[in-house]
Amino acid sequence: MSTHSITVTVNGQAHSAEVESRLLLVHFIRDTLRLTGTHIGCDTSHCGACTVLLDDHPVKSCTMFAVQADGHAIRTVEGLEQGGALHPVQAGFKEEHGLQCGYCTPGMMMTATALLEHNTNPTEAEIRQAISGNLCRCTGYVNIVKAVQHAAGAIRAAQATSPVQGVTAETAATA
Amino acid sequence: MIQEPRTSPEVGGMGHSMKRKEDGRFIRGKGNYVDDIVLPDMLFMDIVRTPYPHAKILNIDASRALATPGVLAVITGRDLEKYNLHMMPTLMSDTQMVLPTDRVVYQSQEVAAVIATSRYAAADGVAAVDVDYEPLPPVVDPYKAIEPGATLVRPDRKDTNHIWHWEAGNKDATEQVFKDADLTVSEHMYIPRIHVASIETCGCLASYDKAREQLTVYMTTQAPHAVRTVVALVAGHVGLSEERIRIISPDIGGGFGGKVPVYPGYVVAIAVSFLLGKPIKWIEDRMENLQADSFARDYHIDAELALKKDGTITGLRVKTLADHGCADAAANPSKFPAGLYSIVTGSYDIGAAHVAVDAAYTTKPPGGVAYRCSFRVTEAVHAIERLADIAAHELKMDPAEFRLKNFIKPEQFPYKSATGWTYDSGNYKGALELAMQKINYAELRREQLEKRARGELMGIGISSFTEIVGAGPSHTFDILGLKMFDSAEIRIHPTGKAIARFGTKSQGQGHETTYAQIVAEELGIPAAHVQVEEGDTDTAPYGLGTYASRSTPVAGAAGAMAARKIRDKARKIAAYLLEAGEEDLEWTPGKFTVRGSPDRSKTIQEIAFAAYTNHPQGMEAGLEAVSYYDPPNLTFPFGSYICVVDIDKGTGEVKVRRFVAVDDCGNIINPMIVDGQIHGGLAQGLAPALFEEIQYDENGNIQGGSFMDYLLPTAMETPNWELDKTVTPSPHHPLGAKGVGESATVGAPPAIANAVVDALWHLGVRHIDIPITPFKVWKILREKGVSE
Amino acid sequence: MIPSRFDYVAPSTLDDAVTLLREHGGEAKVLSGGQSLIPMLKLRLATPTVLVDINRIPGLDYVEERDGALHIGALAREAELERSEVVRSRYPLLADTAHVIADPIVRNSATICGNVAHGDPGNDHPATMIALDAKFAIRGASGTRTVAARDFFVGLFTTVLEPDEIVTEIVIPTPTPRSGGAYRKLERKVGDFATAAVAVQLTLDATGACQRAGIALTNVGATPIRAASAEAYLVGKPLDATTIGEAATMAASAAEPVADRRGSEEYKRDLVRVLATRALQTAARRARGDTGTREG
Repeated sequence: MSTHSITVTVNGQAHSAEVESRLLLVHFIRDTLRLTGTHIGCDTSHCGACTVLLDDHPVKSCTMFAVQADGHAIRTVEGLEQGGALHPVQAGFKEEHGLQCGYCTPGMMMTATALLEHNTNPTEAEIRQAISGNLCRCTGYVNIVKAVQHAAGAIRAAQATSPVQGVTAETAATA
Repeated sequence: MIQEPRTSPEVGGMGHSMKRKEDGRFIRGKGNYVDDIVLPDMLFMDIVRTPYPHAKILNIDASRALATPGVLAVITGRDLEKYNLHMMPTLMSDTQMVLPTDRVVYQSQEVAAVIATSRYAAADGVAAVDVDYEPLPPVVDPYKAIEPGATLVRPDRKDTNHIWHWEAGNKDATEQVFKDADLTVSEHMYIPRIHVASIETCGCLASYDKAREQLTVYMTTQAPHAVRTVVALVAGHVGLSEERIRIISPDIGGGFGGKVPVYPGYVVAIAVSFLLGKPIKWIEDRMENLQADSFARDYHIDAELALKKDGTITGLRVKTLADHGCADAAANPSKFPAGLYSIVTGSYDIGAAHVAVDAAYTTKPPGGVAYRCSFRVTEAVHAIERLADIAAHELKMDPAEFRLKNFIKPEQFPYKSATGWTYDSGNYKGALELAMQKINYAELRREQLEKRARGELMGIGISSFTEIVGAGPSHTFDILGLKMFDSAEIRIHPTGKAIARFGTKSQGQGHETTYAQIVAEELGIPAAHVQVEEGDTDTAPYGLGTYASRSTPVAGAAGAMAARKIRDKARKIAAYLLEAGEEDLEWTPGKFTVRGSPDRSKTIQEIAFAAYTNHPQGMEAGLEAVSYYDPPNLTFPFGSYICVVDIDKGTGEVKVRRFVAVDDCGNIINPMIVDGQIHGGLAQGLAPALFEEIQYDENGNIQGGSFMDYLLPTAMETPNWELDKTVTPSPHHPLGAKGVGESATVGAPPAIANAVVDALWHLGVRHIDIPITPFKVWKILREKGVSE
Repeated sequence: MIPSRFDYVAPSTLDDAVTLLREHGGEAKVLSGGQSLIPMLKLRLATPTVLVDINRIPGLDYVEERDGALHIGALAREAELERSEVVRSRYPLLADTAHVIADPIVRNSATICGNVAHGDPGNDHPATMIALDAKFAIRGASGTRTVAARDFFVGLFTTVLEPDEIVTEIVIPTPTPRSGGAYRKLERKVGDFATAAVAVQLTLDATGACQRAGIALTNVGATPIRAASAEAYLVGKPLDATTIGEAATMAASAAEPVADRRGSEEYKRDLVRVLATRALQTAARRARGDTGTREG
């Protein structure tokens, strides 16, 4: 029972693999699936660089085993861009200089994506709180907050102009 | 006054807040960091580390490890000794163990390396190596370390733990000034050990190709060329000659100085790859990073000011004990073992000053300058800005008034300081007054008085810092003998696009954008068309790397100079194409025009095309240039920061209510990027002021060796930074730019410390060492009878 | 940061889970949220040979009020407490507590039952459950039992749980009218354990005097500490600055803190006094109905 067959849907695509019980989800994503956008920054579950969305909620993929993700859906940074169009969160980070070295950025963006899927008009306090599990050393956080506000604005604008109810962040990206 | 850009937004020269060119890959998760790189047949390395800070190694038993599935080899110091690779030089010409042969000298020191087929097997191997130690007495207190009879940390080097003594300034003149002073103000300050903790740790992928006899190392390094030369000097005897070594710094997840030193892990990975002919990947985990990599600060400072009773500073005397750990491995210029610490006279016109620093060995990891400190300028500015505030308070002068009274005046520049630096330009009064206006200083002082009457604790702290960056002129600066020039090589393609390579290495500072903007400024080629490369020693011109805020002052200058050489050749080609005299041509960004005939012009793109298709006879084809820039001086960015804090009397918590930062880094290439650098620097100034500390208990055990206890502020602890600028160009820099990367880490901690002490001064508090934790504040409050 | 090897099973019923735990004795560990356990595995501070993952067992992820109590299932996540309107309005102490556990990302995975079962004195819910007079439903191979929160924590990282037992549910009696609670925690930064924290749950009588008080302390002892003398003192008394101050002082003397990097024993004790004062003030305000929300 030390190895298991698992099937995990990642960014909409099913992946099957034979994995050790102890394989951390972040290593499954990075080393097995070769999706290296998700990063490792610590060993005590503090930094959040490994944040991915598991069934739409941010989780620290370093604090989870790949076997636990069997049958679940994961979204990583590689899945944000759809049909050649940047996700509003990605566009926001670029427009507002919300990244410098880029290492915390994927985790930060996944957390922001989930926030905006639940709340398209967060206050600054709500944004800071939402990203308080993601550490950044380069930016001092000010421009990250602006990036999320920028993305929120774009998502709200897309929703306002879209005639269809319940526009999500993903459809807003291609709007 | 921030100047209007000379170029259009489409060209994107200086002054434009151009969006970053490098962002595309990072926002898509397509960055290329060391751990992202995979090579065929790659093996993994993990390191066995000692729990003892000082011990003899009696025996290393690798048998259980070698029996662990996936483990291929266990390497010890004895193995490396056969190739004389067990020791390596440090950047300050000390030596450091790669792997020990008989003794360990810091907790978590590397003891053996496990090579395995997978990351997980390597970790299992490490857990299965059994090492017997005979503990020796740890050496933790640097004062005790230099007393006679102390246990020696480096009997291989010296019969004392005193590493060196260094002085600057005029001892006798300073002594006289202190004798004549109306009053003196002195304080002991300890700036504790901290750690950069960039979110990406250190690591490498070393790959020796036996068929080609070539070594390629992907490495988290801020100085790839220096590393290549050091490896060639250290390992040349086994056949690793410099032309066969290629160091590649790929994308780096934050450096801040922590990725300048050569760590033992790199050397072991290189040695093993060389012996096995296979790629070896070594990526340290966070606890290894915090516990074994190069630290910063750890300065025990005794500082005193001599003053007239009207508040004029007449002299400064500083004595300091530097705890360097087990090797002097700080990345300082070689003549400056205490870095640029003698900038400690700061922004003030001080007639006489003397600085003396002694360094001690202790059983701790080596280092000293690895946290965005500009070579000990953080320590110097903390000392002078704290002293200035203590003096102001003792004299019952407003701290802003005290500073304004003592600032070097604009007409005094270039200013020769009492410790020998020539400051290029400054406008300290302008920066401080702008900060005071922005934060509404007078109103805050009124509010403070009202609150104090009600027993509420509010403080206002100022820091008016002078930075010293851009190392540096070849007559004074070198690292291991390598002069600290930097370089740019620019080549224009036939279609008018360009590639520009530099000897520096960005770890997030945005060089792919800012360097392109320099080329755009000088040649009028849109920055979007300039491909910038750094970090591959096979292609980049030789440089000393990026740290100590030197990229813009040195490599940026090289970029401008190389572009100007290209412009000179372009002028000749334009003259040929326009059939005019070179002296009759006028340059505006992007084209040469015949004076008086506006319809007769050639764009840089047309000239570039002609360089390959229609160049004048007798001239070489092509359009490119290299510049190795030897700066004539350092540059001196400066600023004034003002911080407002409120103190919770019940818990001791310090809440930063406002933080205004006025910076002056001369002419600005990209305002958006400059602001980003300042935001980040302020956060890394807040962190040591209130949160970060690495301590060792009396047994030499590290406290704060993981993110459980080494506290990095989150977005909740970090305030909104309010920024503004003054612009005082550097008179000697080709672009008038000064560099800014470390201004905020230098300037911020004393602003915060000054604010807290200001809040408590009326209770009889003079000084609090950083980090100013809630516990420290609570203790002081209760001692003074203040409670909730 | 790599755990040692272990076998992994994900049973689909509680019976199967409990059977597996009994089979493996102390060598098996329950995996629910994993936010306390997995970090320990990564540092090899814990090296179980079997991990029994209960996340595949259906019907355990509820937070619901029924039969005069709030029932929290074994797989209910901290984030659900934060989102629940019922919890925010009627169990503000619980909402306060959930809000300061670890960070928001961890709270998506971490379970409330896991937080109490782990036995770490730094965890926040134990004190809160004691103040709320909660009971824990426990299932083991030999059957089920119920243990009051105040009897559950017996030592450092030690609860009354046998190796084959799982906490399947927490039951919190629905507070009667004129009740309010608050949790006040000092942490050095988001994500840190408490330097000290105090949980308070009050019920007032019709005259506004204290009818019942639950006061418990986090991370100032080997286990969560019930400030029983402070509780007893308040019963029958009005809640004013004097009585709150006295109760807070008594709560501080119940603390048994250990000095560490967060501070000295004296600091932590005084912090208990300060935080208890603030928690009592807020709980009293909420009990009087001044505001029903966490921000009161």
